[in-house]
Amino acid sequence: MNERTEEILKIVSDWKASSCDAYSIREDGKGIAIRSSQHIRIVPKKDRPGLDIFVDDGTKGERLAIPACVTHGGIDDLVYNDFHIGKDCSIDIEAGCGVHAEHGEAARHNGIHHFIIGDGSYVRYIEKHIGLGKGIAKRSIDPVTSAEIGNGSTLEIDSVQLGGVSQAKRTTRATVASSGSFVVHERILTNGDDRAITEFSVDLNGDGSSVDIVSRSVARDESHQAYHSVIKGNARCSGHSECDAIITEHGTVSATPQLDANDIDASLIHEAAIGKIAGEQLLKLRTFGLTEEEAEEKIIMGFLK
Amino acid sequence: MLELQNISWSTPDGRRVLDDVSLAIGDSGLVAITGPNGGGKTTLAKIIAGIDRPESGRILLDGCDITDLDVTERARRGISYAFQQPVRFKGLTVRDLLGIASPEPLDEAGLCMLLSKVGLCAKDYVDRDVDASLSGGEIKRIEIATVLARRTKLSIFDEPEAGIDLWSFAGLIDAFSELKASGGTEIIISHQERILSIADRIIVIENGRVKEDGNGHDVLGHILHPQRCPSCPAGLKEAFHE
Repeated sequence: MNERTEEILKIVSDWKASSCDAYSIREDGKGIAIRSSQHIRIVPKKDRPGLDIFVDDGTKGERLAIPACVTHGGIDDLVYNDFHIGKDCSIDIEAGCGVHAEHGEAARHNGIHHFIIGDGSYVRYIEKHIGLGKGIAKRSIDPVTSAEIGNGSTLEIDSVQLGGVSQAKRTTRATVASSGSFVVHERILTNGDDRAITEFSVDLNGDGSSVDIVSRSVARDESHQAYHSVIKGNARCSGHSECDAIITEHGTVSATPQLDANDIDASLIHEAAIGKIAGEQLLKLRTFGLTEEEAEEKIIMGFLK
Repeated sequence: MLELQNISWSTPDGRRVLDDVSLAIGDSGLVAITGPNGGGKTTLAKIIAGIDRPESGRILLDGCDITDLDVTERARRGISYAFQQPVRFKGLTVRDLLGIASPEPLDEAGLCMLLSKVGLCAKDYVDRDVDASLSGGEIKRIEIATVLARRTKLSIFDEPEAGIDLWSFAGLIDAFSELKASGGTEIIISHQERILSIADRIIVIENGRVKEDGNGHDVLGHILHPQRCPSCPAGLKEAFHE
């Protein structure tokens, strides 16, 4: 792997071969390292770029890493990864992505990930995205994540966009079966004139299913973010979405939640709060001796943590 | 150590809240400021901390004029302030907040010691966000802990008893007594007899002026038994027994 890939991996993933049971590292549109484990098989697709990942029934405590790095401009990386998770599993998946581009040509990574999660399984999916490089080159990351969550299963997504991504469109769709749950914690930082759109569409199809989406965002400088969520309660279910955003300088954020209760026993809630940092919060940290700028940084970093 | 000279302050609509207040506070001991609601106590504390600026008068700290210094500079010179109504932060944990407040890195033992002083068990609280999930009493105790963490020469607490349950109150009294014994100066704004009873000095502020200022034991005696004190201002008894 090249030096930039190493740099990106340090930021988006604490990837080490020794700490993962299975992994696939992607650099500039090509797989450069791949390892399956006894219970996790990684198979490159033959018809298009990407992987089929099979996790055996009953796999517990294993860790899979699939970081992708774009290290220079002129790369438009598109990858299709399908995760076939068996029954009664409990695994962690790390899918960090970094895009490095400097002057000139744009760089883009587009990861299309599809999860089919067997009954009674728990999957924790961690995703960190960052754009790196000086200059005005466009750095884009457009992840698409879709999931079929089985009976009594949980998919927990912990997703962070650390900044430097000029344009991002994050699309997340899920269907949740009986007693299944979908949990998303998303944090997005935009600065400069970055644009970020995040869209969620969740169908709660089974009795006892649930979704909890918490999106926190900070839009600085001239950047803009948009949050759209659609939760459809098609059974006895509970759904909650929350969009909290801090705007600084000339940053702008829009939030458009949609809740569709299609069953008398569907209980759906949305919360949204957008605004600048509260003056009392800055004042409190200034009583510790911080300047206003230092206080703002602490509040934002905590908010996005 | 701290000297207030002829401090006055009015609300934007012109109501005089502090009227020519002058005080000198030494470099150790516990000074309680008390008096009827709306008398100007919190405004005085905010002016000392640099949160509000006086419209006239001067503030000296260790002989240096700090009147024009902002809240950050005053904090760096050794003034800390616990708000009457603590601020909540989404995303900052108790550990984060105390870590920012403390001049040195805090390990688990340090966090445990600080939180136990305010009646909280560290393992239950350090990783909780300082947000709406905490009750009024819990967040108040964390607010007090931030000031204890700073270990400054002048600590100001604005009505620390508010929201604190009886079971935790004794511990809080111990924390203030301990802080007093450590040599710094505490200014506590309070209506609570148990806090007033450990004060070395009590200052009564009423209608923006200093109405009484003296030894803690004596002034508390006047407050609790105004009929025994011919110089005690009329109405003080009612104010404290409301």
